[in-house]
Amino acid sequence: MEHIELFFKSIFIDNMVFATFLGMCSYLAVSKKVSTAVGLGAAVIFVLAITVPLNWLLDQYILQEGALAWLGEEYASYDLSFLSFIMFIATIATMVQLVEIVVEKFSPSLYNSLGIFLPLIAVNCAILGGSLFMQSREIATLGLAFNYGVSSGIGWFLAILAIAAIREKIRYSNVPGPLRGLGITFIITGLMAIGFMSFGGMLTGGDEEVKEENTAQVETAKEDTKEELANNTTINE
Amino acid sequence: MAKDSRLILDPLGDDNPITIQVLGICSALAITAELKASIVMTISVLFVMGAGNVVISLIRNIIPSKIRIIVQLTVVAALVIIVDQVLKAYSYQLSKELGAFIGLIITNCIIMGRFEAFALANGPWRSFLDGIGNALGYGLILIIVGFFRELLGSGTLLGFPVLGDPIAKTGLYSIGYENNGFMLLAPMALIVVGIIIWVQRIRNPALIEDN
Repeated sequence: MEHIELFFKSIFIDNMVFATFLGMCSYLAVSKKVSTAVGLGAAVIFVLAITVPLNWLLDQYILQEGALAWLGEEYASYDLSFLSFIMFIATIATMVQLVEIVVEKFSPSLYNSLGIFLPLIAVNCAILGGSLFMQSREIATLGLAFNYGVSSGIGWFLAILAIAAIREKIRYSNVPGPLRGLGITFIITGLMAIGFMSFGGMLTGGDEEVKEENTAQVETAKEDTKEELANNTTINE
Repeated sequence: MAKDSRLILDPLGDDNPITIQVLGICSALAITAELKASIVMTISVLFVMGAGNVVISLIRNIIPSKIRIIVQLTVVAALVIIVDQVLKAYSYQLSKELGAFIGLIITNCIIMGRFEAFALANGPWRSFLDGIGNALGYGLILIIVGFFRELLGSGTLLGFPVLGDPIAKTGLYSIGYENNGFMLLAPMALIVVGIIIWVQRIRNPALIEDN
């Protein structure tokens, strides 16, 4: 159940492109044709499925506070989480290179379709974003991390496929001059994002974050009033 | 000297990293619901780009071209860790709000893009100017978007209420004005940037693309 919920949540509700704007650069640059969009989308799913679980292991056994406990008692107090950016990006860059070599060796046909996109992917924010959000959302198990990687990849794939299809069609429409190309793509993406927001109520997981935000706001408001009160009392005294 | 000043001025206008070069869109959209976050992001990117461009430009002749992406990523990641730690130390609340997006400066395409396009081929001083110029051009768009989204979305600027008090119905609210909460949501960021691109291309028709 947990798996199914995370799966649909990552594809529709927390869609990488429409909810968190990850991987927008390649999303805008490579969405002129459906065939290239499919290639890049597939490569993103593939790389996310490998790097998110790998970075989960790194985070769990090396970087987190107390993660080094398996080395022995004296290491239990270490907190290396400030190193997570450099570790994650190094993992991603090397994995991408490794995947490129392996795919080239064993499946030349797959390499021909994915190959040119792989180097692009090392610097795609969707990949690093996947790992960073995996860390900040505290995904609990390796299985869930793999699930999160695959499903956010699928969400990204859907988004780029949809915009590429729309851009192929819009070529035949009479778009106002200054909006042609980039401008209209932005606005269409915005409209698509509004559409995707309607998935927000699909799972119970959808409205949890809103509640959290509200309580956080209330708490800060309370703190503010407390401070004001404290100030007032000191002034009165 | 005139050429050097162009390095700074061009990215602010007709060679803007966001609206023309299409680099660094992700963070421009994600963190611009508030003006303050936009300004902090601008300063962070300014630091990372200025310093990163100089470092890459200094070592450009000794990087083997096959592994240059990994080298570049390592340089950027180290600089971003500095920014992240400084933010955590001096402004913890804000660093919580920006969350993963500080880390995502690493893969902000604007940085890699300028490394590849400029710092690998030019000396440190010109690379520094190019980095500063592009970061400012990026920041300009961030601040415009952040300004409109915060003003129309929550009626405040930098947290100060500028349109009156929505609960006590003072200022603009007394004549029936309402905040447009929609501006704070993700889709409106895209549409605001779309409109900026539109306005810019109306003013300079040479930038209009083919369909």
